[in-house]
Amino acid sequence: MTIQFAAQIIGFLAALVLLTAFGMLVQRRMTGLIHLFTWQGLFLSISTAVVGFVAGQRHLYISSLLTLSLKVILLPYILHVLVRRLRIQREIETVVNVPLTMLIGVALVIFSYHLTAPVRELSTLVTRSVLAIALATVMIGLLMMITRRHAVTQIIGFLAMENGLFFAATSATYGMPLVVELGVALDILIAAFIFGIFFFHIHTTFDSLDVEQMAKLKEGD
Amino acid sequence: MNIYPFVIEILQFLVLLGAAPVFAGWVKMLKCWSQGRSSPGLFQPYRDIIKLFSKDLVLAENASWIFRFTPYLVFGATLLAGGIIPILSTDLPLAATADVIVLVALFAIARFFTALSGMDIGTAFGGMGSSREMTIASLAEPAMLMAIFTISLASKSTSLSQMVQVVYSGQSVLRPSIAFALLAFVLIVLAETGRIPVDNPATHLELTMIHEAMILEYSGRHLALIEWAGMMKLFLFIMFGIAAFFPWGIAAWGDLYAIPFAFLFMLLKLGIAGVSLVLIETGLAKMRLFRLTEFLGSAFLLATLGMLSYFILE
Repeated sequence: MTIQFAAQIIGFLAALVLLTAFGMLVQRRMTGLIHLFTWQGLFLSISTAVVGFVAGQRHLYISSLLTLSLKVILLPYILHVLVRRLRIQREIETVVNVPLTMLIGVALVIFSYHLTAPVRELSTLVTRSVLAIALATVMIGLLMMITRRHAVTQIIGFLAMENGLFFAATSATYGMPLVVELGVALDILIAAFIFGIFFFHIHTTFDSLDVEQMAKLKEGD
Repeated sequence: MNIYPFVIEILQFLVLLGAAPVFAGWVKMLKCWSQGRSSPGLFQPYRDIIKLFSKDLVLAENASWIFRFTPYLVFGATLLAGGIIPILSTDLPLAATADVIVLVALFAIARFFTALSGMDIGTAFGGMGSSREMTIASLAEPAMLMAIFTISLASKSTSLSQMVQVVYSGQSVLRPSIAFALLAFVLIVLAETGRIPVDNPATHLELTMIHEAMILEYSGRHLALIEWAGMMKLFLFIMFGIAAFFPWGIAAWGDLYAIPFAFLFMLLKLGIAGVSLVLIETGLAKMRLFRLTEFLGSAFLLATLGMLSYFILE
Protein backbone atom coordinates (compact mmCIF):
# COMPACT_ATOMS: atom_id res chain seq x y z
CA MET A 1 0.00 0.00 0.00
CA THR A 2 1.60 3.24 -1.11
CA ILE A 3 1.37 6.46 0.88
CA GLN A 4 -0.71 8.05 -1.89
CA PHE A 5 -3.27 5.26 -1.86
CA ALA A 6 -3.44 5.23 1.94
CA ALA A 7 -3.99 8.98 1.94
CA GLN A 8 -6.89 8.45 -0.45
CA ILE A 9 -8.45 5.78 1.76
CA ILE A 10 -8.08 7.99 4.83
CA GLY A 11 -9.62 10.91 2.93
CA PHE A 12 -12.55 8.78 1.85
CA LEU A 13 -13.12 7.51 5.39
CA ALA A 14 -12.93 11.09 6.65
CA ALA A 15 -15.62 12.04 4.15
CA LEU A 16 -17.76 9.16 5.43
CA VAL A 17 -17.27 10.30 9.03
CA LEU A 18 -18.41 13.77 8.01
CA LEU A 19 -21.39 12.29 6.18
CA THR A 20 -22.47 10.32 9.24
CA ALA A 21 -22.05 13.46 11.36
CA PHE A 22 -24.44 15.29 9.04
CA GLY A 23 -26.72 12.28 9.01
CA MET A 24 -26.96 12.45 12.79
CA LEU A 25 -27.64 16.14 12.58
CA VAL A 26 -30.74 15.62 10.43
CA GLN A 27 -31.92 12.20 11.63
CA ARG A 28 -35.20 12.30 13.55
CA ARG A 29 -35.57 8.71 14.67
CA MET A 30 -33.72 7.60 17.78
CA THR A 31 -32.75 4.16 16.46
CA GLY A 32 -31.53 5.66 13.19
CA LEU A 33 -29.42 8.08 15.21
CA ILE A 34 -27.78 5.26 17.15
CA HIS A 35 -27.13 3.31 13.94
CA LEU A 36 -25.43 6.35 12.42
CA PHE A 37 -23.34 6.75 15.56
CA THR A 38 -22.30 3.11 15.23
CA TRP A 39 -21.27 3.64 11.61
CA GLN A 40 -19.26 6.70 12.56
CA GLY A 41 -17.41 4.67 15.17
CA LEU A 42 -16.69 1.97 12.61
CA PHE A 43 -15.28 4.41 10.04
CA LEU A 44 -13.21 6.03 12.78
CA SER A 45 -11.84 2.69 13.86
CA ILE A 46 -10.88 1.64 10.32
CA SER A 47 -9.28 5.00 9.60
CA THR A 48 -7.26 4.80 12.83
CA ALA A 49 -6.01 1.36 11.84
CA VAL A 50 -5.03 2.62 8.36
CA VAL A 51 -3.20 5.62 9.86
CA GLY A 52 -1.44 3.24 12.25
CA PHE A 53 -0.36 1.04 9.35
CA VAL A 54 0.94 3.92 7.25
CA ALA A 55 2.73 5.69 10.07
CA GLY A 56 4.06 2.49 11.60
CA GLN A 57 2.60 3.40 14.97
CA ARG A 58 1.70 0.18 16.74
CA HIS A 59 -0.29 1.78 19.56
CA LEU A 60 -2.82 3.07 17.03
CA TYR A 61 -3.91 -0.52 16.43
CA ILE A 62 -4.80 -0.79 20.09
CA SER A 63 -6.76 2.44 20.06
CA SER A 64 -8.49 1.27 16.87
CA LEU A 65 -9.55 -1.93 18.63
CA LEU A 66 -10.59 0.12 21.65
CA THR A 67 -12.76 2.33 19.41
CA LEU A 68 -14.26 -0.74 17.78
CA SER A 69 -15.21 -2.45 20.99
CA LEU A 70 -16.36 0.69 22.76
CA LYS A 71 -18.02 2.88 20.14
CA VAL A 72 -19.23 0.24 17.72
CA ILE A 73 -20.35 -2.49 20.10
CA LEU A 74 -20.71 -1.44 23.72
CA LEU A 75 -22.01 2.16 23.64
CA PRO A 76 -24.60 1.56 20.89
CA TYR A 77 -25.76 -1.49 22.86
CA ILE A 78 -26.18 0.56 26.03
CA LEU A 79 -28.02 3.28 24.07
CA HIS A 80 -30.31 0.72 22.42
CA VAL A 81 -31.17 -0.75 25.81
CA LEU A 82 -31.84 2.73 27.17
CA VAL A 83 -34.10 3.61 24.25
CA ARG A 84 -36.03 0.38 24.59
CA ARG A 85 -36.41 0.63 28.36
CA LEU A 86 -37.52 4.25 28.27
CA ARG A 87 -39.69 3.74 25.14
CA ILE A 88 -38.43 6.78 23.24
CA GLN A 89 -38.20 5.49 19.65
CA ARG A 90 -40.56 8.17 18.37
CA GLU A 91 -39.51 11.24 16.40
CA ILE A 92 -37.30 13.78 18.04
CA GLU A 93 -38.22 17.42 18.26
CA THR A 94 -35.67 19.92 17.08
CA VAL A 95 -35.31 23.54 18.17
CA VAL A 96 -34.27 24.82 14.73
CA ASN A 97 -35.78 23.30 11.56
CA VAL A 98 -33.78 20.69 9.73
CA PRO A 99 -32.81 22.49 6.47
CA LEU A 100 -31.52 25.46 8.45
CA THR A 101 -29.51 23.13 10.70
CA MET A 102 -27.94 21.62 7.57
CA LEU A 103 -26.94 25.05 6.28
CA ILE A 104 -25.39 25.93 9.64
CA GLY A 105 -23.52 22.63 9.47
CA VAL A 106 -22.13 23.47 6.04
CA ALA A 107 -21.06 26.89 7.33
CA LEU A 108 -19.27 25.14 10.22
CA VAL A 109 -17.38 22.92 7.76
CA ILE A 110 -16.21 25.96 5.81
CA PHE A 111 -15.25 27.70 9.05
CA SER A 112 -13.16 24.76 10.26
CA TYR A 113 -11.50 24.49 6.85
CA HIS A 114 -10.35 28.09 7.14
CA LEU A 115 -9.35 27.62 10.74
CA THR A 116 -7.12 24.64 10.01
CA ALA A 117 -5.66 25.98 6.76
CA PRO A 118 -2.41 27.26 8.46
CA VAL A 119 -1.90 23.91 10.22
CA ARG A 120 -2.35 22.15 6.93
CA GLU A 121 0.38 24.27 5.38
CA LEU A 122 2.87 23.50 8.15
CA SER A 123 2.14 19.85 8.76
CA THR A 124 3.97 17.06 6.94
CA LEU A 125 1.77 14.15 7.99
CA VAL A 126 -0.25 12.02 5.57
CA THR A 127 -3.39 12.94 7.46
CA ARG A 128 -3.00 16.72 7.49
CA SER A 129 -6.00 17.39 5.25
CA VAL A 130 -8.28 15.37 7.51
CA LEU A 131 -7.86 17.78 10.40
CA ALA A 132 -10.48 20.17 9.00
CA ILE A 133 -13.01 17.34 8.82
CA ALA A 134 -12.22 16.29 12.38
CA LEU A 135 -12.75 19.82 13.66
CA ALA A 136 -15.98 20.05 11.68
CA THR A 137 -17.17 16.80 13.28
CA VAL A 138 -16.53 18.26 16.73
CA MET A 139 -18.48 21.39 15.85
CA ILE A 140 -21.36 19.46 14.33
CA GLY A 141 -21.59 17.38 17.50
CA LEU A 142 -21.76 20.61 19.46
CA LEU A 143 -24.41 21.97 17.09
CA MET A 144 -26.41 18.79 17.62
CA MET A 145 -26.28 19.28 21.38
CA ILE A 146 -27.56 22.82 20.93
CA THR A 147 -30.36 22.14 18.44
CA ARG A 148 -31.88 19.07 20.07
CA ARG A 149 -34.12 19.09 23.09
CA HIS A 150 -33.98 15.45 23.97
CA ALA A 151 -31.48 14.38 26.64
CA VAL A 152 -30.47 11.14 24.88
CA THR A 153 -29.88 13.00 21.59
CA GLN A 154 -27.70 15.50 23.40
CA ILE A 155 -25.63 12.66 24.79
CA ILE A 156 -25.22 11.18 21.32
CA GLY A 157 -24.11 14.64 20.19
CA PHE A 158 -21.58 14.64 23.00
CA LEU A 159 -20.29 11.22 21.99
CA ALA A 160 -20.06 12.35 18.35
CA MET A 161 -18.01 15.32 19.57
CA GLU A 162 -15.67 12.93 21.34
CA ASN A 163 -15.39 10.95 18.09
CA GLY A 164 -14.35 14.17 16.35
CA LEU A 165 -11.73 14.91 19.01
CA PHE A 166 -10.32 11.42 18.73
CA PHE A 167 -10.19 11.80 14.96
CA ALA A 168 -8.45 15.17 15.31
CA ALA A 169 -5.85 13.65 17.62
CA THR A 170 -5.19 10.82 15.17
CA SER A 171 -4.93 13.10 12.17
CA ALA A 172 -2.94 15.93 13.76
CA THR A 173 -0.30 14.02 15.71
CA TYR A 174 -0.82 10.32 14.91
CA GLY A 175 -2.81 9.86 18.10
CA MET A 176 -2.40 10.72 21.75
CA PRO A 177 -0.20 8.59 24.02
CA LEU A 178 -1.84 5.26 24.79
CA VAL A 179 -2.25 6.06 28.50
CA VAL A 180 -4.29 9.15 27.68
CA GLU A 181 -6.42 7.25 25.21
CA LEU A 182 -7.11 4.49 27.69
CA GLY A 183 -8.11 7.11 30.23
CA VAL A 184 -10.45 8.83 27.79
CA ALA A 185 -12.00 5.49 26.80
CA LEU A 186 -12.62 4.64 30.43
CA ASP A 187 -14.09 8.10 31.01
CA ILE A 188 -16.49 7.68 28.12
CA LEU A 189 -17.56 4.29 29.37
CA ILE A 190 -18.18 5.52 32.92
CA ALA A 191 -19.95 8.61 31.54
CA ALA A 192 -22.27 6.40 29.51
CA PHE A 193 -23.23 4.44 32.64
CA ILE A 194 -23.79 7.60 34.65
CA PHE A 195 -25.87 9.11 31.82
CA GLY A 196 -27.96 5.96 31.83
CA ILE A 197 -28.66 6.21 35.53
CA PHE A 198 -29.43 9.92 35.21
CA PHE A 199 -31.83 9.29 32.36
CA PHE A 200 -33.80 6.87 34.49
CA HIS A 201 -33.98 9.42 37.29
CA ILE A 202 -35.01 12.26 34.99
CA HIS A 203 -37.58 10.00 33.38
CA THR A 204 -39.15 8.99 36.67
CA THR A 205 -39.18 12.57 37.96
CA PHE A 206 -40.47 14.42 34.87
CA ASP A 207 -42.04 11.58 32.89
CA SER A 208 -40.14 12.88 29.85
CA LEU A 209 -36.58 13.35 28.65
CA ASP A 210 -37.21 16.75 27.12
CA VAL A 211 -34.68 19.06 28.72
CA GLU A 212 -37.09 21.99 28.40
CA GLN A 213 -39.00 20.35 31.23
CA MET A 214 -36.13 21.06 33.56
CA ALA A 215 -37.02 24.73 33.52
CA LYS A 216 -39.60 23.66 36.08
CA LEU A 217 -36.76 23.16 38.53
CA LYS A 218 -36.52 26.93 38.93
CA GLU A 219 -38.19 28.37 41.97
CA GLY A 220 -40.96 30.80 41.22
CA ASP A 221 -40.21 34.46 41.90
CA MET B 1 -14.17 17.94 -43.19
CA ASN B 2 -14.61 15.06 -40.85
CA ILE B 3 -18.05 13.53 -41.16
CA TYR B 4 -17.88 11.01 -38.30
CA PRO B 5 -19.00 13.32 -35.49
CA PHE B 6 -22.16 14.16 -37.43
CA VAL B 7 -22.90 10.49 -38.05
CA ILE B 8 -22.49 9.88 -34.32
CA GLU B 9 -24.70 12.84 -33.47
CA ILE B 10 -27.50 11.54 -35.73
CA LEU B 11 -27.08 8.03 -34.33
CA GLN B 12 -27.37 9.45 -30.87
CA PHE B 13 -30.65 11.24 -31.64
CA LEU B 14 -32.02 8.01 -33.10
CA VAL B 15 -30.97 6.02 -30.03
CA LEU B 16 -32.54 8.62 -27.79
CA LEU B 17 -35.86 8.61 -29.64
CA GLY B 18 -35.95 4.85 -29.91
CA ALA B 19 -34.52 3.71 -26.60
CA ALA B 20 -36.28 6.14 -24.26
CA PRO B 21 -39.73 4.46 -24.54
CA VAL B 22 -38.11 1.03 -24.23
CA PHE B 23 -36.35 2.11 -21.06
CA ALA B 24 -39.61 3.47 -19.68
CA GLY B 25 -41.22 0.14 -20.58
CA TRP B 26 -38.38 -1.73 -18.86
CA VAL B 27 -38.85 0.25 -15.64
CA LYS B 28 -42.60 -0.34 -15.77
CA MET B 29 -42.06 -4.03 -16.42
CA LEU B 30 -39.71 -4.41 -13.45
CA LYS B 31 -42.14 -2.53 -11.29
CA CYS B 32 -44.99 -4.82 -12.28
CA TRP B 33 -42.87 -7.86 -11.48
CA SER B 34 -41.79 -6.45 -8.14
CA GLN B 35 -45.44 -5.94 -7.22
CA GLY B 36 -46.50 -9.40 -8.41
CA ARG B 37 -48.51 -8.21 -11.42
CA SER B 38 -48.11 -9.30 -15.01
CA SER B 39 -46.52 -6.56 -17.08
CA PRO B 40 -47.83 -4.97 -20.29
CA GLY B 41 -44.54 -5.68 -22.04
CA LEU B 42 -41.40 -3.83 -22.99
CA PHE B 43 -42.92 -1.98 -25.96
CA GLN B 44 -46.14 -0.77 -24.36
CA PRO B 45 -44.95 2.88 -24.29
CA TYR B 46 -44.59 2.74 -28.11
CA ARG B 47 -48.15 1.50 -28.44
CA ASP B 48 -49.34 4.26 -26.11
CA ILE B 49 -47.56 6.92 -28.13
CA ILE B 50 -48.90 5.60 -31.45
CA LYS B 51 -52.40 5.44 -30.01
CA LEU B 52 -52.17 9.02 -28.78
CA PHE B 53 -50.84 10.26 -32.13
CA SER B 54 -53.80 8.75 -33.97
CA LYS B 55 -56.35 10.32 -31.64
CA ASP B 56 -58.11 13.62 -32.16
CA LEU B 57 -56.96 16.75 -30.42
CA VAL B 58 -59.31 18.31 -27.88
CA LEU B 59 -58.44 21.90 -27.08
CA ALA B 60 -60.07 24.02 -24.42
CA GLU B 61 -61.88 27.08 -25.75
CA ASN B 62 -59.70 29.55 -23.91
CA ALA B 63 -56.37 27.86 -24.71
CA SER B 64 -53.79 30.41 -25.82
CA TRP B 65 -50.76 29.91 -28.06
CA ILE B 66 -48.68 28.91 -25.03
CA PHE B 67 -50.82 25.83 -24.54
CA ARG B 68 -50.44 24.77 -28.18
CA PHE B 69 -46.77 25.68 -28.40
CA THR B 70 -45.58 23.97 -25.19
CA PRO B 71 -45.60 20.30 -26.32
CA TYR B 72 -43.36 21.10 -29.29
CA LEU B 73 -41.05 23.22 -27.19
CA VAL B 74 -40.76 20.59 -24.46
CA PHE B 75 -40.07 17.89 -27.03
CA GLY B 76 -37.55 20.05 -28.88
CA ALA B 77 -35.67 21.13 -25.75
CA THR B 78 -35.42 17.56 -24.49
CA LEU B 79 -34.23 16.34 -27.88
CA LEU B 80 -31.62 19.08 -28.00
CA ALA B 81 -30.42 18.07 -24.54
CA GLY B 82 -29.94 14.60 -26.01
CA GLY B 83 -27.49 16.09 -28.48
CA ILE B 84 -25.29 17.39 -25.69
CA ILE B 85 -25.18 14.44 -23.30
CA PRO B 86 -22.67 11.78 -24.41
CA ILE B 87 -24.73 8.63 -24.82
CA LEU B 88 -22.64 6.64 -27.28
CA SER B 89 -19.55 8.73 -27.83
CA THR B 90 -17.84 11.78 -26.39
CA ASP B 91 -17.22 13.09 -29.88
CA LEU B 92 -20.25 15.35 -30.30
CA PRO B 93 -20.20 18.55 -32.37
CA LEU B 94 -23.15 19.94 -30.43
CA ALA B 95 -21.37 19.42 -27.13
CA ALA B 96 -18.90 22.13 -28.09
CA THR B 97 -21.70 24.68 -28.35
CA ALA B 98 -23.32 23.99 -25.01
CA ASP B 99 -22.02 22.99 -21.59
CA VAL B 100 -23.78 21.52 -18.56
CA ILE B 101 -25.16 24.87 -17.42
CA VAL B 102 -26.95 25.19 -20.74
CA LEU B 103 -28.18 21.65 -20.27
CA VAL B 104 -29.77 22.55 -16.92
CA ALA B 105 -31.25 25.65 -18.54
CA LEU B 106 -32.75 23.57 -21.38
CA PHE B 107 -34.60 21.41 -18.89
CA ALA B 108 -35.58 24.57 -17.01
CA ILE B 109 -37.13 26.11 -20.13
CA ALA B 110 -39.14 22.95 -20.77
CA ARG B 111 -40.35 22.97 -17.19
CA PHE B 112 -41.15 26.68 -17.22
CA PHE B 113 -43.39 26.32 -20.27
CA THR B 114 -45.05 23.20 -18.90
CA ALA B 115 -45.89 25.13 -15.74
CA LEU B 116 -47.25 28.03 -17.81
CA SER B 117 -49.41 25.73 -19.89
CA GLY B 118 -50.69 24.12 -16.71
CA MET B 119 -52.01 27.50 -15.63
CA ASP B 120 -53.07 28.58 -19.11
CA ILE B 121 -56.43 26.79 -19.19
CA GLY B 122 -57.33 28.05 -15.76
CA THR B 123 -58.37 24.80 -14.12
CA ALA B 124 -57.63 24.32 -10.45
CA PHE B 125 -55.53 21.19 -10.93
CA GLY B 126 -53.27 22.76 -13.52
CA GLY B 127 -52.42 25.69 -11.27
CA MET B 128 -51.88 23.42 -8.30
CA GLY B 129 -49.59 21.16 -10.29
CA SER B 130 -47.62 24.12 -11.64
CA SER B 131 -47.09 25.64 -8.23
CA ARG B 132 -45.92 22.32 -6.81
CA GLU B 133 -43.65 21.64 -9.76
CA MET B 134 -42.00 25.05 -9.44
CA THR B 135 -41.57 24.56 -5.67
CA ILE B 136 -39.71 21.34 -6.29
CA ALA B 137 -37.75 22.85 -9.18
CA SER B 138 -36.57 25.80 -7.09
CA LEU B 139 -35.09 23.34 -4.60
CA ALA B 140 -33.81 20.76 -7.06
CA GLU B 141 -32.06 23.10 -9.47
CA PRO B 142 -29.46 24.56 -7.08
CA ALA B 143 -28.67 21.05 -5.88
CA MET B 144 -28.32 19.88 -9.47
CA LEU B 145 -25.98 22.76 -10.34
CA MET B 146 -23.96 22.15 -7.18
CA ALA B 147 -23.54 18.47 -8.03
CA ILE B 148 -22.51 19.36 -11.58
CA PHE B 149 -20.03 21.99 -10.39
CA THR B 150 -18.44 19.39 -8.13
CA ILE B 151 -17.75 17.14 -11.11
CA SER B 152 -16.65 20.17 -13.14
CA LEU B 153 -14.16 21.07 -10.42
CA ALA B 154 -12.75 17.59 -10.43
CA SER B 155 -12.44 17.55 -14.21
CA LYS B 156 -11.69 21.29 -14.60
CA SER B 157 -14.24 21.83 -17.35
CA THR B 158 -17.96 22.46 -17.72
CA SER B 159 -18.15 20.81 -21.11
CA LEU B 160 -19.80 17.43 -20.74
CA SER B 161 -17.66 15.51 -23.17
CA GLN B 162 -14.55 16.96 -21.56
CA MET B 163 -15.82 15.90 -18.12
CA VAL B 164 -16.53 12.39 -19.34
CA GLN B 165 -13.06 12.17 -20.91
CA VAL B 166 -11.41 13.11 -17.62
CA VAL B 167 -13.51 10.71 -15.53
CA TYR B 168 -12.93 7.98 -18.11
CA SER B 169 -9.18 8.31 -17.94
CA GLY B 170 -9.50 8.78 -14.15
CA GLN B 171 -6.35 8.24 -12.13
CA SER B 172 -7.98 7.82 -8.77
CA VAL B 173 -11.11 5.83 -8.08
CA LEU B 174 -11.59 6.81 -4.45
CA ARG B 175 -12.63 10.43 -4.81
CA PRO B 176 -14.98 11.46 -1.99
CA SER B 177 -16.14 14.52 -3.94
CA ILE B 178 -17.37 12.36 -6.85
CA ALA B 179 -19.04 9.92 -4.47
CA PHE B 180 -20.90 12.75 -2.73
CA ALA B 181 -21.90 14.21 -6.09
CA LEU B 182 -23.23 10.81 -7.15
CA LEU B 183 -25.36 10.48 -4.02
CA ALA B 184 -26.73 13.99 -4.54
CA PHE B 185 -27.37 13.24 -8.19
CA VAL B 186 -29.45 10.14 -7.40
CA LEU B 187 -31.71 12.21 -5.15
CA ILE B 188 -31.99 14.90 -7.82
CA VAL B 189 -32.87 12.40 -10.55
CA LEU B 190 -35.71 11.09 -8.38
CA ALA B 191 -37.00 14.63 -7.90
CA GLU B 192 -36.48 15.93 -11.44
CA THR B 193 -38.05 13.00 -13.23
CA GLY B 194 -40.92 12.74 -10.77
CA ARG B 195 -40.19 9.31 -9.37
CA ILE B 196 -41.58 7.88 -6.18
CA PRO B 197 -40.49 9.62 -3.03
CA VAL B 198 -41.25 12.93 -4.72
CA ASP B 199 -44.02 12.30 -7.25
CA ASN B 200 -45.78 9.16 -8.39
CA PRO B 201 -45.68 8.89 -12.21
CA ALA B 202 -48.58 6.42 -12.25
CA THR B 203 -51.05 8.34 -10.13
CA HIS B 204 -53.97 10.48 -11.16
CA LEU B 205 -55.17 11.03 -7.63
CA GLU B 206 -56.11 14.69 -7.23
CA LEU B 207 -54.23 15.46 -4.06
CA THR B 208 -50.90 13.83 -4.75
CA MET B 209 -50.13 14.29 -8.44
CA ILE B 210 -47.63 16.93 -9.46
CA HIS B 211 -46.45 16.47 -13.03
CA GLU B 212 -49.65 14.75 -14.13
CA ALA B 213 -51.74 17.61 -12.76
CA MET B 214 -50.02 20.09 -15.07
CA ILE B 215 -50.59 18.08 -18.23
CA LEU B 216 -54.10 16.92 -17.33
CA GLU B 217 -55.71 19.03 -20.07
CA TYR B 218 -53.55 17.71 -22.89
CA SER B 219 -54.81 15.14 -25.38
CA GLY B 220 -53.97 13.59 -28.73
CA ARG B 221 -50.62 14.34 -30.32
CA HIS B 222 -49.83 17.04 -27.75
CA LEU B 223 -50.04 14.50 -24.95
CA ALA B 224 -48.04 12.02 -27.02
CA LEU B 225 -45.22 14.56 -27.44
CA ILE B 226 -45.21 15.44 -23.76
CA GLU B 227 -45.25 11.81 -22.65
CA TRP B 228 -42.46 10.99 -25.08
CA ALA B 229 -40.45 13.97 -23.85
CA GLY B 230 -41.01 12.76 -20.28
CA MET B 231 -39.60 9.34 -21.14
CA MET B 232 -36.66 10.98 -22.92
CA LYS B 233 -36.04 13.14 -19.87
CA LEU B 234 -35.82 10.09 -17.61
CA PHE B 235 -33.57 8.38 -20.13
CA LEU B 236 -31.35 11.46 -20.44
CA PHE B 237 -30.98 11.94 -16.70
CA ILE B 238 -29.99 8.31 -16.29
CA MET B 239 -27.58 8.62 -19.24
CA PHE B 240 -26.14 11.80 -17.79
CA GLY B 241 -25.52 10.00 -14.51
CA ILE B 242 -23.91 7.09 -16.32
CA ALA B 243 -21.76 9.39 -18.46
CA ALA B 244 -20.61 11.50 -15.53
CA PHE B 245 -19.98 8.73 -12.99
CA PHE B 246 -19.64 5.41 -14.85
CA PRO B 247 -18.46 6.27 -18.38
CA TRP B 248 -16.61 2.98 -18.94
CA GLY B 249 -17.30 1.55 -22.37
CA ILE B 250 -18.22 4.82 -24.07
CA ALA B 251 -16.59 5.40 -27.47
CA ALA B 252 -13.67 7.80 -27.52
CA TRP B 253 -12.96 10.60 -30.01
CA GLY B 254 -13.33 9.63 -33.68
CA ASP B 255 -13.59 5.93 -32.93
CA LEU B 256 -16.49 4.78 -35.09
CA TYR B 257 -15.81 1.07 -34.64
CA ALA B 258 -16.29 1.32 -30.88
CA ILE B 259 -19.89 2.50 -31.35
CA PRO B 260 -21.52 -0.98 -31.40
CA PHE B 261 -19.70 -1.90 -28.20
CA ALA B 262 -20.67 1.44 -26.67
CA PHE B 263 -24.27 0.62 -27.59
CA LEU B 264 -24.07 -2.78 -25.90
CA PHE B 265 -22.49 -1.25 -22.81
CA MET B 266 -25.24 1.37 -22.79
CA LEU B 267 -27.94 -1.31 -22.85
CA LEU B 268 -26.25 -3.19 -20.03
CA LYS B 269 -25.86 -0.09 -17.89
CA LEU B 270 -29.41 1.03 -18.58
CA GLY B 271 -30.67 -2.38 -17.50
CA ILE B 272 -28.81 -2.09 -14.22
CA ALA B 273 -29.94 1.52 -13.75
CA GLY B 274 -33.55 0.43 -14.29
CA VAL B 275 -33.24 -2.27 -11.65
CA SER B 276 -31.77 0.13 -9.10
CA LEU B 277 -34.41 2.75 -9.88
CA VAL B 278 -37.18 0.22 -9.27
CA LEU B 279 -35.47 -0.98 -6.09
CA ILE B 280 -35.41 2.60 -4.79
CA GLU B 281 -39.01 3.16 -5.82
CA THR B 282 -40.41 0.00 -4.25
CA GLY B 283 -38.34 0.51 -1.11
CA LEU B 284 -39.64 3.99 -0.40
CA ALA B 285 -43.06 5.45 0.22
CA LYS B 286 -44.17 8.70 -1.33
CA MET B 287 -43.15 11.62 0.79
CA ARG B 288 -45.36 14.35 2.14
CA LEU B 289 -44.99 17.52 0.09
CA PHE B 290 -43.69 19.50 3.04
CA ARG B 291 -41.02 16.90 3.71
CA LEU B 292 -39.57 17.54 0.26
CA THR B 293 -37.59 20.53 1.48
CA GLU B 294 -35.64 18.11 3.65
CA PHE B 295 -35.23 15.59 0.85
CA LEU B 296 -33.92 18.14 -1.62
CA GLY B 297 -32.09 19.96 1.15
CA SER B 298 -30.09 16.81 1.76
CA ALA B 299 -29.38 16.60 -1.98
CA PHE B 300 -28.03 20.14 -1.80
CA LEU B 301 -26.10 19.30 1.35
CA LEU B 302 -24.49 16.25 -0.25
CA ALA B 303 -23.53 18.23 -3.33
CA THR B 304 -22.04 21.00 -1.17
CA LEU B 305 -20.16 18.46 0.92
CA GLY B 306 -18.80 17.02 -2.30
CA MET B 307 -17.54 20.42 -3.32
CA LEU B 308 -16.05 21.09 0.11
CA SER B 309 -14.36 17.72 0.28
CA TYR B 310 -12.81 18.45 -3.09
CA PHE B 311 -11.11 21.48 -1.54
CA ILE B 312 -10.36 19.88 1.81
CA LEU B 313 -9.34 16.36 0.89
CA GLU B 314 -8.08 16.42 -2.69
